[in-house]
Amino acid sequence: MFANCIDRFRALFLSILLLSCFVLPAMAGPFEDSVAKFANDEFSDTEDAVGEIASSGNPLASPIISALQDGRLSADPDSKKVFITQPDGKIIDAATGAAVDKLPDNAAAVRLNNRLRRTVDAAVGGLTLMSSDPAKRLSAAQSVLKSHEESMLPTVDSALAKETNKSTRQALAEGRAAIILFKSDASDSDKLDAVAVIKARGDQEALALLTSLDAGQPPLVAKAAASAISSIQSNLALWSTVQNAWYGLSLGSVLLLAAIGLAITFGVMGVINMAHGEMVMLGAYTTFAVQEVIRTSYPGLFDYSLLIALPLAFLVAGGIGVLIERSIIRFLYGRPLETLLATWGLSLVLQQAVRTLFGPTNREVGNPSWMSGAFEVGQITITYNRLWIFCFTLAVFAILLAMLRYTALGLEMRAVTQNRRMAASMGIATSRVDALTFGLGSGIAGIAGVALSQIDNVSPNLGQSYIIDSFMVVVFGGVGNLWGTLVGAFTLGIANKFLEPVAGAVLGKIAILVLIILFIQKRPRGLFALKGRAVEA
Amino acid sequence: MTPHILTRSLDRAAATFILIVAALGILIPLSNLLLPQGSMFQVPTYLVALWGKYVCYAILALSIDLIWGYCGILSLGHGAFFALGGYAMGMYLMRQIGSRGVYGNPLLPDFMVFLNYPKLPWYWHGFDMFWFAALMVLLAPGLLAFCFGWLAFRSRVTGVYLSIITQAMTYALLLAFFRNDFGFGGNNGLTDFKDILGFNVQAEGTRCALFLLSCLALIIAFVICRAVVSSKLGKVLIAVRDAESRTRFLGYRVETYKLFVFTLSACMAGVAGALYVPQVGIINPSEFAPGNSIEAVIWVAVGGRGTLIGAALGAVVVNYAKTYFTSGPLAPYWLFMLGAMFILVTLLLPKGIIGTFNSWRDKQRSAAIEADKESAAREDGIGEPNPAE
Amino acid sequence: MNVMDTRATSAMLYLDGVHVSFDGFHAINNLSLTLAPGEMRAIIGPNGAGKTTMMDIITGKTKPDEGTVLFDGTVDLTRLDETRIAELGIGRKFQKPTVFESQTVQDNLLLALNVDHSVRGTLFWRGSKAESERIDKVLETIRLTDARNRLAGSLSHGQKQWLEIGMLLAQDPKVLLVDEPVAGMTDVETHLTAELLKQINKNHTIMVVEHDMTFVRELGVKVTCLHEGSVLAEGTIDQVSANERVVEVYLGR
Repeated sequence: MFANCIDRFRALFLSILLLSCFVLPAMAGPFEDSVAKFANDEFSDTEDAVGEIASSGNPLASPIISALQDGRLSADPDSKKVFITQPDGKIIDAATGAAVDKLPDNAAAVRLNNRLRRTVDAAVGGLTLMSSDPAKRLSAAQSVLKSHEESMLPTVDSALAKETNKSTRQALAEGRAAIILFKSDASDSDKLDAVAVIKARGDQEALALLTSLDAGQPPLVAKAAASAISSIQSNLALWSTVQNAWYGLSLGSVLLLAAIGLAITFGVMGVINMAHGEMVMLGAYTTFAVQEVIRTSYPGLFDYSLLIALPLAFLVAGGIGVLIERSIIRFLYGRPLETLLATWGLSLVLQQAVRTLFGPTNREVGNPSWMSGAFEVGQITITYNRLWIFCFTLAVFAILLAMLRYTALGLEMRAVTQNRRMAASMGIATSRVDALTFGLGSGIAGIAGVALSQIDNVSPNLGQSYIIDSFMVVVFGGVGNLWGTLVGAFTLGIANKFLEPVAGAVLGKIAILVLIILFIQKRPRGLFALKGRAVEA
Repeated sequence: MTPHILTRSLDRAAATFILIVAALGILIPLSNLLLPQGSMFQVPTYLVALWGKYVCYAILALSIDLIWGYCGILSLGHGAFFALGGYAMGMYLMRQIGSRGVYGNPLLPDFMVFLNYPKLPWYWHGFDMFWFAALMVLLAPGLLAFCFGWLAFRSRVTGVYLSIITQAMTYALLLAFFRNDFGFGGNNGLTDFKDILGFNVQAEGTRCALFLLSCLALIIAFVICRAVVSSKLGKVLIAVRDAESRTRFLGYRVETYKLFVFTLSACMAGVAGALYVPQVGIINPSEFAPGNSIEAVIWVAVGGRGTLIGAALGAVVVNYAKTYFTSGPLAPYWLFMLGAMFILVTLLLPKGIIGTFNSWRDKQRSAAIEADKESAAREDGIGEPNPAE
Repeated sequence: MNVMDTRATSAMLYLDGVHVSFDGFHAINNLSLTLAPGEMRAIIGPNGAGKTTMMDIITGKTKPDEGTVLFDGTVDLTRLDETRIAELGIGRKFQKPTVFESQTVQDNLLLALNVDHSVRGTLFWRGSKAESERIDKVLETIRLTDARNRLAGSLSHGQKQWLEIGMLLAQDPKVLLVDEPVAGMTDVETHLTAELLKQINKNHTIMVVEHDMTFVRELGVKVTCLHEGSVLAEGTIDQVSANERVVEVYLGR
């Protein structure tokens, strides 16, 4: 089959060569002659010229064709000279590449019609298919699939014969299949092969290609295409589920990060900290401050800015947390509703303080290089920052879990969570545990702020947008059990992302809130609630 | 059947409060309408509207105090009931515009024409009639509170959990009312009102009448609250607040009590919202913002939780301070002050202004009572209201 | 079947094969107990024996995982909530005295009276002579007539215990569950409380949980000793305190 294609390509190449040698008047050389054809202002001549130039192998071929494509090619009908206006405004003679001062007065842009435009596109594709840059070859090969221009077939075949890069070969084969699929005189067996190749590709584009296939196909091909369409559709549905699940996990990790500190303070101390969101915000602003210093003084360290910001944010938010606990919250134990009001007041003060210090507008926090960009898995795209945040959240969760299980403070915290009075009478200094717990919860909120600064706007209102969601996670997951928070966060994240395509973002969110309100009727203490007599009714 | 409730509920402080509100309700409009403009004692129209707003806030504060101060239910979503009442009134006022809107459509309000509504949504029908709108002012918040409370109290959602889900409730409504296709004017809300019951809403006379009506509503709300808290029901509510489970073991259906008082409170908040809207001339989704509801709670805390007069006073004092500071050079510091108010009141003045005053007065009094204890014991009968302050 | 059996025995309270566990901890383990009408029973047992949890089950605060709990031979208490059970006529005094501290002594009693407990009834309530006479009588019984207008929160610990017993009297239930009534009382108060309970027992069924052996001895009633959620011994105080297992449990092995 390949030999066959190559033969055909040779025949075409020869015929073009022959054409240029014999049919055209010889002036300076074949290339210059071809270029001069543009000045004839005839569509057929232009088409010939494009074909000749594309196969000439001349280094000017590519600039000429792309200039033609962009309408930057103009010709002087009198002198038969053709000029390229470079994107930077400089003008060169298309035949020689020599610089020209200005366009002649009667030079006009070379006109194109739709048919010609396709030829030009194909020629551009063909030229880049032979490019020495593998990335360019790949993108050209991919564009063949979209255009499936019949005239490209010989070029594609010859490129395929030479191509060594695996993914480019794959793309070329798919492009070739697309061309054959739309080629009216291709044999049934070729078309069936083509359908198989496109089906194997299995993405949105393949689907579009197959559905745009016209009705006049041979029955065998039509049937194969139909089955390929349904198989691609179910495949795509699966991938979109995977995609939603990933978005859900990603949102869930953000929620978990924001809520986990809250879960600790609420679980251990029974304190609702309405200023928790502001601790997140402080963490984000710490990141901003660290990046500012790095930008101005140590630009080389930019990629490490987050690593530097993490401990700082923990210390800043945690320190302020301990301060808040010692100065306000400890006077309000046993009065949870008043604590709620006082910490709300605190959140207003902190927001306004940050607004005064840093201004009310969003501050720019940059992504280090290792957090920018994305990669593809199957049919879905995963951005590095979301992936890192996901991993980071799990790491924080694991560390926290280990801390609760294996350290003395963790043991004391668990004891206080389960039975404060008993813990106190066993000699645990509950007030020290409270202060440290509050500091820990706030510190975790701070490092959550570092992570969130990578995906959200850093503004004084940053915390406000997370506080209600975080509460929902804690209420849903139940108090006194970090696993509940984990399950709660991921459940809500995934539910949100699966409702969004159905109901829209806002309605989806409303639906989640209503569902939680209903859920809390059934399980007033959340999914993972403590039981027993020590729990107050 | 009812008179004994009224007589029991009106002690001296309550009567004084009612008299002061009534006097303000009559004197301020009179001075605005009768005295010549520019006179020293003439109250300008913008102040009448501003004070009208404060009076509406005072009603909202009463409604919060009734459930928080006496029954221990801290609702962080009462702004939702206030806003729902406001929207019901706003819908009536929108329908009154008729063909005088920018687009001149006799049936559809401007925003619906703008958003290409083919016809009036079904839930907008009936709001051209005042009685219907007035009914909805009570029903919309009342029904929401009833359904919400029925679910929440029956499953014994209490304390901070309840506070958080009330906040989620108002947050969900906030998101919903922001949507254009929800049919309440989206982001911009309802505004550009023209008439109320045939009177121009901008006119001085209407403003004064609305102010008087707001004062009247405040008095009625106050009397209702007094009647509730000074009845045996009030004692049960306090029992629920202090020891919910104990009350249950005495054979009281706690959830029914909570549901009753929560729904009553929501209706009062709705009336406050309905009076508020024609006086400020706009209602938009930001009224649902959780922050608004929490701010209303702090009015009650400042004035004195569990003292009805304190709640009303707190609303006026805090809002007066807000107007004063946010319009002056201190505007950037208002949020610091508000935040500090939250912290300081809960830390240093947990009983609020009136509560602190009352306990100081009680201390003075008990010193006096020590002197002739016996006579006091003889006078107090069983039906005597327990001064909840 | 059980329903028929208990009717035959006409027990006031009937617990059979009751189990409760909290996160794997068996608080009540195959507990069976009957209380005859008019009986007074003392329940003893070390900490964690399940005494309070048993009261939680009878009053509907805790639902048992399995087992039968019948009141008056016919009513299945496991299906009812606290309010309904209180309405049926089971009153409870808590281990930690729980009175309404911000209300006066007489208001505490007024709230406890077994009159109309509906929202409408309390909203339109006006005191009647019969009600105030009943309150006066209870005040006299619990010796708090002089303190009737004091806030309950200002009472001494012993007075609060009595007020709570007084609230039970005002409630006038068929069965009284009394959890540690003499904790923190002086000897005189303890003696008076025993007298009070005996007096109440004349027309009420009573279940008393108490650690104080002198008090239990003074009551002179049948004693049930609980241990690890089930009945260890039952009989007179002398029989029970002579039981080797009981001594072992109390003194440790």
